[in-house]
Amino acid sequence: MADAPTIGRKGASFDVAAFFRRYAALTALIVLLAFNFAVTPNFASWQTLNVNLTQVATIVIVSVGMTLVIATGGIDLSVGSLMAISGALAPMIFLSSFGLSYPALGNALAFVAPVAIAGMFGLFNGWFITRFRVQPIVGTLVMFIAGRGIGQVLTNGNLQAFKNPTFQFIGLGRVFGVPCQVIIMLALVAAAAWTLRSTLFGRQILSVGGNERAAWLSGVPVASVKRWVYAISGLCAGIAGLVVVSINSSSDANLVGLGMELDAIAAVAVGGTPFTGGQATVVGSLIGALLIQLVRYTLLANGVPDAAALVVKGAIIAGAVWSQQRGKPT
Amino acid sequence: MSAATANAAPPGRRLSLAWAARQRVVIALVLLILFGALRYEHFLGAYNVLSVLRYNSMFALTSLGMCFVIMGAGIDLSVGTTAAFASVVSALLSPYGLFPGLLGGLGAGLAVGAVNGFMVTRMNIQPFIATLSGMLVASGSGLLLAHNQSVSVSYDTDFTWLGQGDLLGFPTPAWIAAAAYVYGSVALNFLSFGRYVLAVGGNEEAARLMGLPVDRVKFLTYVQSGVFAGLAGVILAAQFGAGQPAEGVGWELFSIAAVVVGGTLLTGGVGSVATTLAGVLLLGLIFNVLNFENGLGWISLSAYWQSVVRGVFLMVVVMASSGAARRVARSA
Amino acid sequence: MSPTDPLLVMRDVNKRFQGVQALSAASLEVEPGEIMALVGENGAGKSTMIKVLTGAYRRDSGSIVFGGEPVDFASPQHAQHGGISPIYQEINLVPFRSVAENIFLGREYRRYGLLDWGRMNAEAADLLRRFAVEIDVRRPLMDFSTAIQQMVAIARAVSFKARLVIMDEPTSSLDEREVSVLFDVMRRLRAEGVAVIFISHRLDELYQVCDRVTVMRDGRTVMAGRMGDVDKLHLIAAMLGRDLETVRAHSTGFSGAHAAAGEVVLSAEGLQIGRKVRDARVEVRERQIVGLAGLLGSGRTEVARAIFGADPADAGTIELGGRAVSPREPAEAIALGVGYCSEDRKADGIVPDMSVRENMTLGILPRLTSMGIVDEARQREIVDRFMKRLAIKASSAEQKIRELSGGNQQKVLLARWLCTDPKLLILDEPTRGIDVGAKAEIQALIRELADQGLGVLMISSELEEITEGADRVFVLSDGRTVADLPHAEASAAAIMAAMAHGGAEAGEEAVNG
Repeated sequence: MADAPTIGRKGASFDVAAFFRRYAALTALIVLLAFNFAVTPNFASWQTLNVNLTQVATIVIVSVGMTLVIATGGIDLSVGSLMAISGALAPMIFLSSFGLSYPALGNALAFVAPVAIAGMFGLFNGWFITRFRVQPIVGTLVMFIAGRGIGQVLTNGNLQAFKNPTFQFIGLGRVFGVPCQVIIMLALVAAAAWTLRSTLFGRQILSVGGNERAAWLSGVPVASVKRWVYAISGLCAGIAGLVVVSINSSSDANLVGLGMELDAIAAVAVGGTPFTGGQATVVGSLIGALLIQLVRYTLLANGVPDAAALVVKGAIIAGAVWSQQRGKPT
Repeated sequence: MSAATANAAPPGRRLSLAWAARQRVVIALVLLILFGALRYEHFLGAYNVLSVLRYNSMFALTSLGMCFVIMGAGIDLSVGTTAAFASVVSALLSPYGLFPGLLGGLGAGLAVGAVNGFMVTRMNIQPFIATLSGMLVASGSGLLLAHNQSVSVSYDTDFTWLGQGDLLGFPTPAWIAAAAYVYGSVALNFLSFGRYVLAVGGNEEAARLMGLPVDRVKFLTYVQSGVFAGLAGVILAAQFGAGQPAEGVGWELFSIAAVVVGGTLLTGGVGSVATTLAGVLLLGLIFNVLNFENGLGWISLSAYWQSVVRGVFLMVVVMASSGAARRVARSA
Repeated sequence: MSPTDPLLVMRDVNKRFQGVQALSAASLEVEPGEIMALVGENGAGKSTMIKVLTGAYRRDSGSIVFGGEPVDFASPQHAQHGGISPIYQEINLVPFRSVAENIFLGREYRRYGLLDWGRMNAEAADLLRRFAVEIDVRRPLMDFSTAIQQMVAIARAVSFKARLVIMDEPTSSLDEREVSVLFDVMRRLRAEGVAVIFISHRLDELYQVCDRVTVMRDGRTVMAGRMGDVDKLHLIAAMLGRDLETVRAHSTGFSGAHAAAGEVVLSAEGLQIGRKVRDARVEVRERQIVGLAGLLGSGRTEVARAIFGADPADAGTIELGGRAVSPREPAEAIALGVGYCSEDRKADGIVPDMSVRENMTLGILPRLTSMGIVDEARQREIVDRFMKRLAIKASSAEQKIRELSGGNQQKVLLARWLCTDPKLLILDEPTRGIDVGAKAEIQALIRELADQGLGVLMISSELEEITEGADRVFVLSDGRTVADLPHAEASAAAIMAAMAHGGAEAGEEAVNG
């Protein structure tokens, strides 16, 4: 948690207006934290922090890719399905006869191959969208529908249960007491924030989202930029899929990543990245995801049923976006 | 003025293109039915036809509501959970009879639709986000009401007739859906409301300056979508004998796919009710054909293939219409 | 209301926006059945005045009397029903819907509660016939040219029994033939007793069609009078608020000096692009501004886009610096030293939410990057240099470009190309929609750049810009290059003759005559 504000400050120095628009989410997060410290029993514990961060990590990992996609003015509905594919592939690899005879190689492959394949599917999304000039929502709808089917067909819809500590390090392991997926999450957030801010690719993403035609006429390789953001979104989804199956010690293609596209989009929206493209804040998406998670945790910890938490979550998404819109000068 | 006519051709062909794309759906549907009829003995049998109609009537209803929302350049992600919520409400009210159950479901849908419409038109939240939160609100409400489990409907009243009954030899839900589509078609082509939806979707600013009640039109598309989703929820409860708070997951995206396959542009301003129905049936029949194909025993494809086939099908439709779009663009 | 009473009287109108006085005691009077020109630089308050009139903005104080009665419209819809119909710069109709629908949207005819398509189509056709427009009103609006779409908008206004039609820059995207059709329609409106407020940056047009003129500056009405009594220099002087002596007799910012041209930078022959361009030829040399003239739809923009690789040519040769090339993407043309400023700044030029700095360096960014990381120090240095050199007025390099005036946006876009150090710069309508002062400044800048060695290919609908600015003029007509005139021969008459008659001999004829 200590890292988040630091990164937040860095973002602020580069775009003050964007910072103020996402101020609402950050303020709400701080208020909520204060509330919890005061009210929720045992809130101020390492345990609580880890539980919350662990639960939010997969959403944040997916949101990182989603933020980049939305920065180009697109959207990626396929992330949940790609998580299912990657989650289905990993156990298939390390449980295969090859994986069992060469565990080291099998495990390495179980990390790399599913993520790479999810990235390829993401690249396919990007190709499809740019090659046929399809609206992203329709273009990724294809992989949303087909992707989970592919995951189900691969496993024949069966649950794959497993126990593989090496592989599961990604979901259950800790480094200096910090859960592995939290480290991955923070690393990805930092990398994406830095990419947007300081690299050519990042500026090209924002220019494509800000005015695609102008970017193209200025020599920005629009199609390739788009293909890559969808590929990155696929890679992020692939990693998230691995994390989810590791935590569960099982992989069920029917369930892995179900509804994740909307969770991730909600985090991005609450975080203050506008859907029109051209502006983006990855740190904001992190804050958005944390806020949504913390609200749910607060409600559950204080005895509110999960169903009611859903309603509150809906209200928060609408409220956050509404307050950002009011903050705009126009 | 001759310069004017010379410049005329290119963009307009896009419209006839959308028209052609829509006709293609109908042609594809006819071909798929012919294929099924020739290949499988019982494909056109009463049992199969009636069960396809009975089952798909729910998707037909959510897709019809979605079609209007999309023509108005919006989107409604809440239709699935709204149907689930409505199924719970109507199941809870079913002991009081058919009409209380029906009205309860419609009312639930209307409420969610009104909340969506309010968020979009009054709070100026993008439709995607607004209806995403509407989706969560509807889902949470349904689960709360139902205490996280399905709610049995009462068999003491004739409520279940709405989902399981027949009228003149056809399933009641099919009649309901058919009536809804007749209404939808008339509303689109012969009522101001339909034209206003298309105008608002085609150019909102212009519609505003023309004095059209833009916000009211948009609000009504969401309310209408909510009501149709509510109706679908009533049928869901009546058909399966229980209100299902956890149902409806993914219905919204299925409906969007059906609308897109039906040739309605996601950017709004253009669309058709009839071909939306064709889109629903086409996507629904893919599953049906897959079952029959397995029944023949030549191949054995798990039911999971249906998603893959549907996805590929959507992809082909999108590719075909965009390929044609580019040919026209080049010839211009 | 007696026939001699004015139709509209706006008096002492004040409007403030967050501390900025947009209108201060502004006034406007329009007689029934007259065409009133409303002119002023960008920011003079014309649009605010119109928006106050139509109820889009609430005025802080002042009175509006329309048709003899004080009015206070709550919204543009109310104004429309009250008889005031604005027709906006971007035509505000629904492209997907039919012509008839666009005319009748909002007050459809019904029969038995259902829409009566037959009656609406017939009446729409009748209405358009009054303006000599014969088209199939059942076809979608987007099938037709901008000019026709504007006629439809006017027909809609007239069918609302409008007594005052407001046209905000209606001619900016019309070619000269279409403009003359539009003017016919305006005169017809006048004959029917409908008054017109005509807003335009093209001063020549005002003299062709307007009866009176109202000039605004800094939110005030500084002059009103009969069009015939005000000559062009006085008009410009009033708009700029300068003494007459300081307004040069010269109406553009191009200086008279034309340096000797150097090596050939661009040579394109036999270009064929789609159906619009059939046989186009242009040649540009170093230190030369080459004008590409032609009516809208003659293929000017298509030629420019083909050279830039935005819409590749189907046939023909393009040589850059003596080397045959065929760019398939803008990025390729940029690598070959070509820059292109599109005519549509908003759609094709600026990235609105990005800063001046980001916008300016969009094209050169790959060259400021090592290992994928942008060298911000170099970026800043380049931006500072060009902001000074082009005198770009912005609060800082970090200001969002959408907050800048049109003229300053255009300068940033020019800088975007200049910093890539191009050999050839293609400018498509470089001064469209830019106010008079900034316009002259940009024109002078273009000349200066050419004098420093740049080859410039300039497309313009304003003949003055071509005749005064270009060292050599190519005239396109129906996709063919029909004339190639040196500066001395490129008079307005010669160019128009070439456009009209489509042949080199026509140009000579005009010169000889």
